Amino acid sequence: MSTTVAARPAPALGRWWSALGPTGGALVALVVLVAANSVFTPNFASPGNFWNILLQLSVTLLVSVGMTFVIATGGVDLSVGSVMAISAAVAAVTVERGLFVALPLALAAGMAVGLLNGAFVSYFRVQAIVVTLATLLAGRGLAQVINRDGALLTIDDPGFLALGRGHLGPLPVQVLIAAVVVALAVFLLRSTPFGRYVLAAGGNPAAARLAGVPVNRTVVSVYVLSGLLAGMAGLVEASRLGASAAAKIGQGAELDAIAAVVVGGTLLSGGRATLLGTVVGALIMQVIATSFNMLLIPYSWALAFKALIILFAVYLQRPRRV
Amino acid sequence: MTSPPPADRHDESDVILRMEGIVKRFAGAVALDHVDFTLRRGEVHALVGENGAGKSTLIKIMTGAYTRDGGQVWLEGEPVDFRTPADAQAAGVIAVHQEIHLLSFRTVAENVWLGREPRRWGLVDWGRMHADTATLLQRLGLHIDPAATLGALSTAQQQMVAIARGVSLGARVLVLDEPTSSLAEREVAILYDLIRQLQAEGTAIVYISHRFDELYAVCDRVTVLRDGRLVGTHRLASLERLDLVCLMLGKARDELRQGTTGFAGHQAEAEGAAPLLRAEDLRRGQKLRGVSLDVRKGEILGVAGLLGSGRTETARAIFGADPRDGGSVHVDGKPLDARTPDDAIRARIAFVSEDRKGEGIIPELSVRENLTLAALPTLTRAGIVDRARQREIVDQFMRRLGIKCTSADQKIRELSGGNQQKVLLARWLCMNPALLILDEPTRGIDIGAKAEIQALINELAGTGLGVLMISSELEELVEGSSRVVVLRDGQNVAELRGGDISQQSIIHAMAEGSAASAVPAALEA
Repeated sequence: MSTTVAARPAPALGRWWSALGPTGGALVALVVLVAANSVFTPNFASPGNFWNILLQLSVTLLVSVGMTFVIATGGVDLSVGSVMAISAAVAAVTVERGLFVALPLALAAGMAVGLLNGAFVSYFRVQAIVVTLATLLAGRGLAQVINRDGALLTIDDPGFLALGRGHLGPLPVQVLIAAVVVALAVFLLRSTPFGRYVLAAGGNPAAARLAGVPVNRTVVSVYVLSGLLAGMAGLVEASRLGASAAAKIGQGAELDAIAAVVVGGTLLSGGRATLLGTVVGALIMQVIATSFNMLLIPYSWALAFKALIILFAVYLQRPRRV
Repeated sequence: MTSPPPADRHDESDVILRMEGIVKRFAGAVALDHVDFTLRRGEVHALVGENGAGKSTLIKIMTGAYTRDGGQVWLEGEPVDFRTPADAQAAGVIAVHQEIHLLSFRTVAENVWLGREPRRWGLVDWGRMHADTATLLQRLGLHIDPAATLGALSTAQQQMVAIARGVSLGARVLVLDEPTSSLAEREVAILYDLIRQLQAEGTAIVYISHRFDELYAVCDRVTVLRDGRLVGTHRLASLERLDLVCLMLGKARDELRQGTTGFAGHQAEAEGAAPLLRAEDLRRGQKLRGVSLDVRKGEILGVAGLLGSGRTETARAIFGADPRDGGSVHVDGKPLDARTPDDAIRARIAFVSEDRKGEGIIPELSVRENLTLAALPTLTRAGIVDRARQREIVDQFMRRLGIKCTSADQKIRELSGGNQQKVLLARWLCMNPALLILDEPTRGIDIGAKAEIQALINELAGTGLGVLMISSELEELVEGSSRVVVLRDGQNVAELRGGDISQQSIIHAMAEGSAASAVPAALEA
């Protein structure tokens, strides 16, 4: 074996790979999925389907962005699906007083649930999974109460319906909303002290506190943010349906969001977050669902395949050893 | 190649473990370069070296955690090739790590027998498990209840349980990696007793520690590594401390300054300087029972005391990290009632915790983010972090403190302990503090970085900063401080100044609870 250390050319691919970090695996999976579907699934690579995927994606994405922040602090928010239902219900019963009343009220309801979650997690030190499981259950009940005991309330305000059905030029409004939220979130995480505090509070809360980071306030804020975004997702969903269905809206949304976040490469234990990864993760889930649908494969198989993808993504992110 | 001096030559049958020409490479970089190591039955063998010397790599090869790229290993004369820690364990080569890898919610007995529980009819035989544990603990002279929950025990006792587990695994070679790093002084004595007991039973012990006192107290021989190479193996009894430091650093003896710390020697007392911090009668439960001290501008006040004396609690009470039950703190003559660290930071107080991993670094964040974490509010313009100013500050402090990393974007967890500590110091220095509270500023840091940090502290005090330095290293206190406050059981017991500051006087105050002036001549000698 030669003992001289030859100047190895820095492998460009390797640098790219490490710059992508934990998102790399997810990105590769997405490219493979899209490529395979473009070849094997009829009509997959068409503009219509492109927009379809984005439309389907936008609600999950809104919830997932909030979830990314929560998970970055080492927590989890299981209540997002119920919050979606609450916000839809609030909008449905107040929409007759105008959008300027209904929309803020609906979002405020979402933030209120988030505030409750955050307060219990930070100041009372209850585990996030327990707190948000409680608000998941109670929230679903509350939504049905607001929704006049589980009735299906149709909404026909044209302004409200534009949220989920309208277009701004070629862009569907809901896709636009999701895109703006993602962009703002990236900015929030990267460029504001709040973003740094989220990662610090998740990475090492004791150290963060000693460095003067307002850890409790930061934790409360991420749950409020998650509640706000889930509320927004609930509005879009209700607008798409043209109705508030308290038992149905947001059902299982928390699991889709967690899956997107984890597949994207955000650490479940906190301290590391990637919003780009979350977008990729959400896309992977949506591409699977859409393509299975187009191939007329039963939905249950899509679920099994999603599970495999989640396991594979987490396997790729496992801590490396020598 | 170093050959041991003739006096050191033993009968070959005495050798229990022999490693020869061990080579290990990581991604092209050589971590171990033909290192030899022999361990004899019943000896305590110190393994020392600065960070990056290759100590832990050698240990990991010895205990099967890494596989070697070259060289040979014999155990009791038989060539061995451990592929996993389980292989090594089965052969009786067992490591007890610095951080204890046991289940804190389970009992002592369960932990000792974890993975090989005694069984009867396929079920766990609880009676035998407890009886065997009791016998084992008794044999080792440990007074620990086998049914106690591990997490309820003191760190020292947990450490003993970890060692007992190693013994029960049939350890012929026991590797103790910094076994005292979290122990109090009297707990260390218990550990020493246990080590001697094992030694008498013929167990060979590899002992890794940064503390010289310990090496000289328990070890027979020492192997020094530097930059992945073997420097030599010596009998400790015939090796002076200064020579050992020289071997570790690879310097000639006269290159070293007097003393082994980076301080310039006794600090002059800042007699006329204005008082910066005055803490009076600090109280918190049983931990703090009335501690008072003051720090003046430009001085280093040393705080000495055994673990549990209230040293760390004093610092945390001043900084607002823990609430206090009573007492007052004045900074620059103004009362400060810090309820959170944030309050103290506003009063320009900085605090570097003794627990670098647990309370210092944010492991997943970069050097840049870690360095500017406390300063973020001042680096923000219109709610956005000012990247240019951030970079400027990071560059400035990385240069000034000589922080070694591939770039400011490197994750801090990848840095050596010394460089992490420098980043944490920089985190506060960039805030331009008036008072710097340092709790064990050089613990677990290799000698080179240690001297640099000590020199830096000295220099900072020279610029008018007040420093409150807690340390369990007496050398550091004696050479660095202008005054030393000694704590014991949560109270002040002595304040030493000027010529009264010596290792003996501090030890005396910690042990006897009175000032050094009362030391009889015999003790002083």
